[in-house]
Amino acid sequence: MPRKEITSGNWAFAEAMRQIDPDVVAAYPITPSTDIIMKFAEFVADGKVETNFVTVESEHSAITACVTASAAGARVMTASSANGVALMHEIFPIAGCFRTPIVFGLVNRSVGAPINIHCDHSDSMAQRDYGWIHLYCEDAQEAYDSAIMAVRLSENDDILTPVFVCQDGFITSHGFEPVEYMDDDTVKTFVGERQAVNALLDVDNPVSYGSFAMSEYYFEIKRQQIEAHKKALELYEGIAREFESISGRYYPMIDCYRTEDAEHVIVVMSSASGAVKDVVDEMRDKGHKVGCLRIRMFRPFPVKAVAAALKGKKAVAVLDRCLSIGGTAPLVAEIRSALYGAGETIPVNSCIYGLGGRDFFPQYAEDIFMDLINGINTPEERYIGLLE
Amino acid sequence: MSEIKNWKEMKDVGKPKKWQDVPMGGIAYGASAENVETGQWRSIRPVWNEEDCISCMLCWVQCPDRSITVDENGKVTGIDYFYCKGCGICAQVCPKKAIEMRPEADFA
Ligand code: SF4
Ligand code: SF4
Repeated sequence: MPRKEITSGNWAFAEAMRQIDPDVVAAYPITPSTDIIMKFAEFVADGKVETNFVTVESEHSAITACVTASAAGARVMTASSANGVALMHEIFPIAGCFRTPIVFGLVNRSVGAPINIHCDHSDSMAQRDYGWIHLYCEDAQEAYDSAIMAVRLSENDDILTPVFVCQDGFITSHGFEPVEYMDDDTVKTFVGERQAVNALLDVDNPVSYGSFAMSEYYFEIKRQQIEAHKKALELYEGIAREFESISGRYYPMIDCYRTEDAEHVIVVMSSASGAVKDVVDEMRDKGHKVGCLRIRMFRPFPVKAVAAALKGKKAVAVLDRCLSIGGTAPLVAEIRSALYGAGETIPVNSCIYGLGGRDFFPQYAEDIFMDLINGINTPEERYIGLLE
Repeated sequence: MSEIKNWKEMKDVGKPKKWQDVPMGGIAYGASAENVETGQWRSIRPVWNEEDCISCMLCWVQCPDRSITVDENGKVTGIDYFYCKGCGICAQVCPKKAIEMRPEADFA
């Protein structure tokens, strides 16, 4: 029987880890993801999992151990945040290229300096081009559910790609809310046993990882990674529907909230979408045709679905919780690119919000909608809640 | 996605002609360093002097390329230049100075 608990995003993720019972977890704690590993270490100490829990001396070693364990054929999970994620940077493209499935609880936190422990998406966005799947969760329930779904996505024979399951640091990771847990057997049946291809421990079929590929074949191997991402776009829906059949909860790649007949839409990711959806309801009551498009899957980016959802709108505003200093912020760049490719030339306002944990208030969403409605559209980046 | 999923399939394909043929992730099926001639890298050559050698095996332990050859009685018999890349570790660790490093040019 499913059971409900009042819990946090971190603890919900750790509970998913307990139920998945991965073969290997190698981790080095960092705020705000520490709780995931702390809770999981309790499960290890209490004998609730059979996991080989490897405590290492740095995040770089943690992810290296994860990649090698996955290459050996193990089911692998870990978690990190911010500068810890940054220290892993060198190994992420290796995991992507080696096609080593890993489910990674990424608790979003701003990357220092200035040192700051609170949420923004600068840590995960800096890793967007290295061949990992990125899922961004709105709440603790989604973080729990996504950890379980991600195992299937990551280990699928046609995908074989590591997955970041992102949740907003403190806002989601430490906020307490009701979460429905499935029973252990349901989760275990859903994830099954990992059937590894090219496992290093398969001594009857020896393979070497990490071989040289110079100008003759490097390009081709990258092309294969692109194919794996295309497959992830294709196969995601089936996995999401199968997950729905066991949980009753369905998570599409993009979450269209009252967008269908909307004229003005805010595009946003993760926890801030809760506030935006509330404002949508309030403004709908006043007669404004507004909607919220939440991007759950950022890599692979669901270009077609996004373009279809925004087609024919009068104007949209994209909220990025991240900068690309001196350039265009990551989410708005994707949205503009998707629209341009679909022949849409509607105004797209770029709004930066929430850096370093700056609060995002419903009033901000309303102001952003009112600008769209009043036709105050400009290509320049706007800064929401900045002291100016 | 590579269409080649294991080393048995790889054998029949030979040199990849399209991206789908390249082993996934640049993995090498059934590969081994056995046939890799690291000796080509060598610019200085260890020369072993049988008279001074006491077969303490320190060089054998430290050699990174399995280049110190040993007979069935555990006696050092020489250096395998197919693998020896001339790092000089053996000469450094030898307590009897039985290995001398000399420029490859001397043997040209
Ligand atoms: S020079 Fe280096 S590689 Fe060659 S035999 Fe000595 S230790 Fe081995
Ligand atoms: S280290 Fe020197 S003495 Fe010892 S086995 Fe090698 S060559 Fe001989």
